[in-house]
Amino acid sequence: MGGAVLAALLLFSIGTAVAVTTQGQGLGALGAADWSAIRFSLWQACLSAGLSVTIAIPVARALARQSFVGRQALITLLGAPFILPVIVGVLGLLAVFGRAGWISDALTWAGFAKLSIYGAPGVILAHVFFNLPLATRFLLQGWAAVPSERFKVVHSLAASPWAYFRLIEWPLLKSVVPGAFLLIFLLCLTSFAVALAVGGGPRGTTIELAIYQAFRLDFDLGRAASLALVQFSLCGAVAVMAFLVPLPQTDGLGLGQLPQRLDAYGHRSVDFIWIASSAVFLILPLGAILTRGLGHIASLPHQVIAASITSVLIALTSTVVCISMALGLSFAFARRGRVARNLAEGVGILGLATSPLVVGTGLFLLIFPFAHPMTFALPITASVNAMMALPFALRVLMPAVRETYADYLILRNSLNVTRWVWLHRILLPRLRRPLGFAAGLAAALSMGDLGVIALFADPDLQTLPLMLYRLMGAYRMDQAAAVAVVLVAQSLALFWMFDRGGRGYAGSP
Amino acid sequence: MRTTSLFAGLFLATTAMADTPVLTVYTYDSFVSDWGPGPAIEAAFEASCGCDLQMIGAGDGAALLARLKLEGSRTDADIILGLDTNITVAAAETGLFAPISVTANYTVPGGWADPLFAPFDWGYFAFVKNAEIESPTNFRALADSDLKIVIQDPRSSTPGLGLLMWVKAAYGNDAAQIWADLNDNIVTVTAGWSEAYGMFLEGEADMVLSYTTSPAYHLIAEGDASKSYAVFDEGHYMQIEVAGKLANTDQTALADQFLQFMVSDAFQSIIPTTNWMFPAVTPVAGLPDGFPNTLNAAQSLIFSPTEAAALRNAALAEWQTALSQ
Repeated sequence: MGGAVLAALLLFSIGTAVAVTTQGQGLGALGAADWSAIRFSLWQACLSAGLSVTIAIPVARALARQSFVGRQALITLLGAPFILPVIVGVLGLLAVFGRAGWISDALTWAGFAKLSIYGAPGVILAHVFFNLPLATRFLLQGWAAVPSERFKVVHSLAASPWAYFRLIEWPLLKSVVPGAFLLIFLLCLTSFAVALAVGGGPRGTTIELAIYQAFRLDFDLGRAASLALVQFSLCGAVAVMAFLVPLPQTDGLGLGQLPQRLDAYGHRSVDFIWIASSAVFLILPLGAILTRGLGHIASLPHQVIAASITSVLIALTSTVVCISMALGLSFAFARRGRVARNLAEGVGILGLATSPLVVGTGLFLLIFPFAHPMTFALPITASVNAMMALPFALRVLMPAVRETYADYLILRNSLNVTRWVWLHRILLPRLRRPLGFAAGLAAALSMGDLGVIALFADPDLQTLPLMLYRLMGAYRMDQAAAVAVVLVAQSLALFWMFDRGGRGYAGSP
Repeated sequence: MRTTSLFAGLFLATTAMADTPVLTVYTYDSFVSDWGPGPAIEAAFEASCGCDLQMIGAGDGAALLARLKLEGSRTDADIILGLDTNITVAAAETGLFAPISVTANYTVPGGWADPLFAPFDWGYFAFVKNAEIESPTNFRALADSDLKIVIQDPRSSTPGLGLLMWVKAAYGNDAAQIWADLNDNIVTVTAGWSEAYGMFLEGEADMVLSYTTSPAYHLIAEGDASKSYAVFDEGHYMQIEVAGKLANTDQTALADQFLQFMVSDAFQSIIPTTNWMFPAVTPVAGLPDGFPNTLNAAQSLIFSPTEAAALRNAALAEWQTALSQ
């Protein structure tokens, strides 16, 4: 089973990249605009990741040492942008930071010029919005891993701030920051929906967007293939680097209780400025959508129902595919040694490095000689979404599978437990909680995706994110906000159902 | 109905068969919007054709062509309505269009003779603004001003491509410099005309690339005289919008009937106050009060389809390079 999954994954990632070059018109020459898209992608990803991680350091430090009412809620909220549909985040940011947004209104009132975020500022702002919370959670986990005794020792020695930094923070940052930076760099490098919505044209075009344009606007398959190859090589290079540094864990568990910190009081005001401003930065855009959208849900066109059903169907299909693949890989590799573990890790990173639009373009070209590719828009979207969620599902499931094998395998062999009993009585009950969490992630990520569907979309087929993008395009901002509310509600509901389903059973294995 | 097609899309390729023949027309989004010509034209044609006219909005004009290339000979479309003369050569090169035999007394400036495409309306590109904003009188003055504009992507939108041609027609080899100077005036580049015009109406920009006829919409349909367009002394580029018939349509007779209907008074009299363009054949009743005058020949810029096709790629590269700075 593991082999089959591996083969399918390789076909999807490398196979489609090869298909793009061989099935199309060979490789097309890249123009000046393509090179500037490549430069922009690298530059903005570097800046976005750098800013996210840098700002996350004081925020995580503050959260690590201060306790206050609502702290747990805020930490939970930090997990939300990860499953928040990108296009919803963008809509919210425009409502706050756009030319017609709250801040521009205030600036105009005070006699200043309006903000203009289309282009690099908007792209980077959106990337920081999505990744600052992620980086903060990574760092917070780093802080949580420091034994409380160490804080006590350093504090009782009345160590200078410099000694505190050198003894505690520096080792912690050194172990978390490179991995967090690389992961966020990779996520920003393959950014599509953000650049599509606020890139503002050639000045904010990422490689992923350039592939879409070469394909959908110019129908220049040769150039799309070349760009796809560049994207694949860049991501591959980052993936190799990621192999060399430990990537942070993304499960977000174990952040509940932090050691009581004796140094908390002295930094109170600075810490709360960081906490408050990051919370406002996260909450304002979401609040803007909620206040604008809630009242207009009733006025939505009836197509919202079809779009909802389509989105949920894609999400559920994608979840089943993703979880089957993740389980297959986990079972296959959990028992083997270091090499297998590295291989499994590599597969996960391959999934991260694979660009959805490259896969979509490759599949289009593979299907094209035989059938109308648009016919397969939904299955293709579901499978690509499954593949995109796989790295995250693997990271949640793999350790749990490995642990169960380690704890019970000898017992199973000595008691001669049947396969069925092993699976249903021992393995699955123990995996139920991570399984629920992973399925929730996969479903929510797929619900919010606006990538491959844009490549294959035709006018009468749409998912909720696509409908939202089209309403934004038609400048029906009230209705767009209403669709955003529906979309977020459905994403959260799916996530909650799966996650809840996993937890409900956890106590009675 | 929607659910059936959803499941069909999920699992199988099926074609819905109905008793009445279906004529499928791909067109641009604003044409089929509730306030566009689509609904009235559908009613008028279906009254006499004994068919089901399905008009499908597929992005802006230039995106129509890209979509057609993507679908190739498998397309469901019988008619493509909404290309313009800047891309008819590229459209003809796909080999997907069939010769047509439409006859009409066109009032399109410069007359009309094209074996594959028939015009349905035309207009002049212009930057539309609130009347109280002081107009720049040409692109150089616009570039020097602090005015913010929204334009369309030339790869997906025919107005976007028209703007490229406009700057090229007015400035020739200096076009790249004009674009470099305009860069800081551009708020954003949208995929289509609808997006850009919507942003302008919401106050996200001072001016938007549209048509000299757009202010008439606000005047006639809304009784609002607050919009005007900036008169440019280098002239205004023209757009002639056309439709063509797909070679492998399964509704040849019906497609021919539609194209002939397109240049009839029934269709042409709908155009001025729904698509807000000059009709390709002036209606018997004339143009409505409040419609702007046509410009004289010296103020009207246009490249022939072959000139435009030859210029397109270089002009696009210039535009992309200047705007990616």
